[in-house]
Amino acid sequence: MSAPASNAAYDEWLDALADGEGYALVCPDGHGSLPPRRVCPECGSTSLAEEPLAETGSVETHSVVHVAGPRFADETPYVNAIADFGPVRLTGVLRGVESAPDAVAVGDRVAVGVEARATDGEPLVVFRPAERE
Amino acid sequence: MTDVRVAGVGLTRFGSHPDRTGRDLFATAALRAFEDAGVPRGDVEELNYGNFMGALSEHQGHQAPLMAEAAGVRCPSTRYEEACASAGVAVREAVRSVRAGDADVALAGGMERMTNLPTDEVTEGLAIAADDLFEVRAGVTFPGAYALLATAYFEEYGGERRDLAHIAAKNHANAVPNEYAQYRTGVSVEEALEAPPVAEPLHLYDACPITDGASALVIVSEEYAAENDVDAPVAVTGTGQGTDRMALADRDRLARTPAADDAADAAYADAGVAPDDVDVAEVHDCFTIAEVLALESLGLFDPGEGIAAAREGVTTADGALPVNLSGGLKAKGHPVGATGGSQIAELTRLLRGDHPNSGHVADAEVGVAHNAGGTVASAVVHVLEVAE
Repeated sequence: MSAPASNAAYDEWLDALADGEGYALVCPDGHGSLPPRRVCPECGSTSLAEEPLAETGSVETHSVVHVAGPRFADETPYVNAIADFGPVRLTGVLRGVESAPDAVAVGDRVAVGVEARATDGEPLVVFRPAERE
Repeated sequence: MTDVRVAGVGLTRFGSHPDRTGRDLFATAALRAFEDAGVPRGDVEELNYGNFMGALSEHQGHQAPLMAEAAGVRCPSTRYEEACASAGVAVREAVRSVRAGDADVALAGGMERMTNLPTDEVTEGLAIAADDLFEVRAGVTFPGAYALLATAYFEEYGGERRDLAHIAAKNHANAVPNEYAQYRTGVSVEEALEAPPVAEPLHLYDACPITDGASALVIVSEEYAAENDVDAPVAVTGTGQGTDRMALADRDRLARTPAADDAADAAYADAGVAPDDVDVAEVHDCFTIAEVLALESLGLFDPGEGIAAAREGVTTADGALPVNLSGGLKAKGHPVGATGGSQIAELTRLLRGDHPNSGHVADAEVGVAHNAGGTVASAVVHVLEVAE
């Protein structure tokens, strides 16, 4: 498998997420998107500003992955989820819960960070259950 | 505008062909299509060819000239890549060329070779149809993405695994008489429910198999067919394509496939037909939930109603609206870059009356084919009608 392509704007975003300073790019109309991005994919605006992600996100959908590619071989089974963080939704692996469909529900609150992928230690967007407020 | 006819169709058996190169598979399908059409190879004016992962599975890029050579044609040749909708797009471009008068005869179709790779590498290969930065690196697999869609659908509209198992059982039953199908054995609803999980809520029989195979169509103008006495009773009367945001997380809604809505609207308008006119459909059931999403995008069922269609017997072979009489991707198999062409080939056979399952749709006049790429960031819909 070839080495991942270098991608500065994405790597900067991932570093910020790891530091607890994750952001989205937001146009004047409030559409959120993720970098690298020069044009708002919803309305075409080229005026994009960084806005912080919400502190916690809401799980919108999830699955329990049992069969994965080589880069996730040591991670299975794992929970994959899409969660809403305000201006954007993020996709990541949900850790800190049992890898079972009934261990997670739509609407669950999660925090987001960056952790090491089990197979090769590469950075991985990870959700963890958020403390109840 | 010139009317477009399907003069001939050719398929390889879908399945595992570990010792056959892609060029041999496509040549087989193409020669069968020429034989079926009764059109000389020398009349072909362009090749529109679909392939997705040949650079990974066969270390072969630049496939169009190779496939032209293999099929015995020499003409402008182009490979189209739109993930699992690659051949659907290739057929659409052939239709557009014939309509525009650029070609009287086009060869269209596709090929994919997959079983020579180990399962984990196929999983990785298929995943490249998703957004590499924000999905693949975040653990999204191809089955996993459709599992995310299934969870979202169940949450919004209801439904359960048993509904999906009925889709699997239906499509496996349809594949039994199909000589080109990968799996010609029935699967019961209980067997589907008890199969091991792939990406929950989807289990083994919710997923299409890994498949080698090729499809080819000889597409001609109505005038060419008339002048050359070519028997081509089925017309392509509508074509439409839609595009959505690449990543699932960026879609407005997670339980719908708007790209397919757009493709269907365009194809119906193009053909001058409505969903009520459709007698038979071949839809992109790479996973059972995908059939549900397809039926709703095609307007054949209201949102939230498609999930029960198989369980209630509406879309079974003996139902009011048979869906995937070929066996679908689910049981016929899914060589991704060939699938869009295979759907048109099967629909043509069904409408002509020479498909083993034609008896279920003996009076059918209008068919629709729905081909999707990735998690339906791309969709292509075609309307076929019996013209003679």
